[in-house]
Amino acid sequence: MARKTAPKSKAAARTPSAARASGALLQHDVEQFLYRQAELLDTRQWQQWIDLFAEDGIYWMPPDPSHTTWEGMPAIFAEDRNLMTVRMKRLLHPDAWSQRPLWGTNHVVSNVVIEKATPAEVHVRSRFHMLELRRDDVRHFAGSYRHELQRTKDGFRIKLQRVDMTNAQAAYDYVLQAWV
Amino acid sequence: MLQETIPDLSKFVEPDRVRREVYVDPRIFELEMQRIHERVWIYCGHESQVPKPGDYWTVRIGRQPMVMVRGADGRVHVLYNRCPHRGAMLCGDQHGNTGAFFRCSYHAWTFHHDGRLRNIPMMESGYAGTRLSRDNPDCHVKPAARVESYRGFVFASLAADGPTLAEFLGEARVAFDDMCDRAPAGEVEIVPNCFRVVQHSNWKIFLENQLDALHPSVTHQSAGRAAHEVEKEIERRTGKAPLSYHMLSAFATVTIDKWDAFQTLNYPYGHCLLTGYMGLRPRDPDTLAYEAALEKAYGKKRAEEILSVNIHHVLIYPGLSVQPQLQQLRAVRPLSVDRTLTEIWHFRLKGAPEAIYRRALAYYNLVNSPSTMINADDLENFWKCHQGLASAGGDWVSFHRHYGRDVEKDGVVSSGPNMGTSEAPMRNQMKAWVQYMTAEK
Repeated sequence: MARKTAPKSKAAARTPSAARASGALLQHDVEQFLYRQAELLDTRQWQQWIDLFAEDGIYWMPPDPSHTTWEGMPAIFAEDRNLMTVRMKRLLHPDAWSQRPLWGTNHVVSNVVIEKATPAEVHVRSRFHMLELRRDDVRHFAGSYRHELQRTKDGFRIKLQRVDMTNAQAAYDYVLQAWV
Repeated sequence: MLQETIPDLSKFVEPDRVRREVYVDPRIFELEMQRIHERVWIYCGHESQVPKPGDYWTVRIGRQPMVMVRGADGRVHVLYNRCPHRGAMLCGDQHGNTGAFFRCSYHAWTFHHDGRLRNIPMMESGYAGTRLSRDNPDCHVKPAARVESYRGFVFASLAADGPTLAEFLGEARVAFDDMCDRAPAGEVEIVPNCFRVVQHSNWKIFLENQLDALHPSVTHQSAGRAAHEVEKEIERRTGKAPLSYHMLSAFATVTIDKWDAFQTLNYPYGHCLLTGYMGLRPRDPDTLAYEAALEKAYGKKRAEEILSVNIHHVLIYPGLSVQPQLQQLRAVRPLSVDRTLTEIWHFRLKGAPEAIYRRALAYYNLVNSPSTMINADDLENFWKCHQGLASAGGDWVSFHRHYGRDVEKDGVVSSGPNMGTSEAPMRNQMKAWVQYMTAEK
């Protein structure tokens, strides 16, 4: 992967290849994490998906790109792990009527850019495209993710995932069943 | 033309049942738009949506694209969103600020906020000797025939005659009284976000569901059970679960017999109300602080009266479903015979603590947003209903539940005692429907 900017500090200049290698490794790890998250959604491994979040992690989809916090604001999603568990249990309930018909998704995640990396955390933004099939109808949702990831001994955990859908403000033809 | 091809509509509705064509025939849909939505009072928006001169929101009344705008004079106007020149819509965005006047993007005709012509380019050189002049009504933007508001909620009627807004709302005005009275300052203000969801079903199917007290424990069992399990788990761990879990779990834990203990009240013009409360008056510090603020504003006796009003849902037929105690409403905009847009809004109680707003916000996000765990299953049922009604598998829709046991007093029909699951609200809506559809005009 091409380096975006020339190293500025002397320390970085002393070990350009080491810094590059470390950056490339982080980039790889972060991408693999995002791919895994998308795969868990598409294969409906809801609990494993929830387990990617930190204990106090939040999944947030604002209805308006200008929003800067989910607290006290209207939100399409603003879910902690407890609410995620409600949603999962509903999706798995035998009498969740809207879950009976054929329904599936396919996520593609790309344009992964690391915005910030410290020993404790990594902030990363990316773009997604999701195709959803429900009965015979196909819908498309696309937009950007912004993950605030914690580094733990077990790998990354999501502290906050912000999902800005390009179609967030358009009228929804039917509703969203699960996380995007 | 349409009348000639449609048989006597009064034969489509009997007191306890309705013909399926009423829901699926596009010709009947067109007539409904003419005779109901484009005549009666339709909710446009709240005054706080357009606080500054030039602020506007576009809104659909029946099939008509309208715009609600705050004038420089401070008044709220509702106009057809149409330039009188060549017909271009004046506002192409859902909402915004039009500035000191409307300016058509096509030929720069300009109009005051009340629709009066301001200027036409080349007015002197281009139009001298033609019959288009300032005194010709055809060069002004056409306003709604009537605009009135009640406690900040703006309605328009596209018919010059008919009942006033106050007469039309009648006792159903409690939808707005109950909501606004709960604010220590006596009024509400809009939360500037609108969730919009399109349902693939006739508009009446949605309205008939709103006060159907039998459906929650069947339709919403999955979400109610799921929330109940997590609610219990949180209580086990921490002693107390947030009220939002109760709002969801009540869909399963309030069983049919408990819904029967509530009551429906059915008013003229098709409006109706379901009593019943989802436990929004707990004794936590936030609620106590809120109740103290209400007492300070109104006095102890009046505050207690306000807090003891017991309403789940009020339906203002044919286009508004209000949950005053959660400060939320859904405006119903029919798009076609089988597609219906709902616009879902939340309001703040002015003068109430932030925690009270956030409590209702949880319901707005969990139940009324496009990720709803509740309405997802409603919409599934609505779609199934519409598909089934389009079939030749039967001619009638049944509204027989507790029929014959309604109690009428002073023009208000209530479901019988312990008959909260009565289909009286559906019967009442269809009674109004027939009156509107067969009225001489």
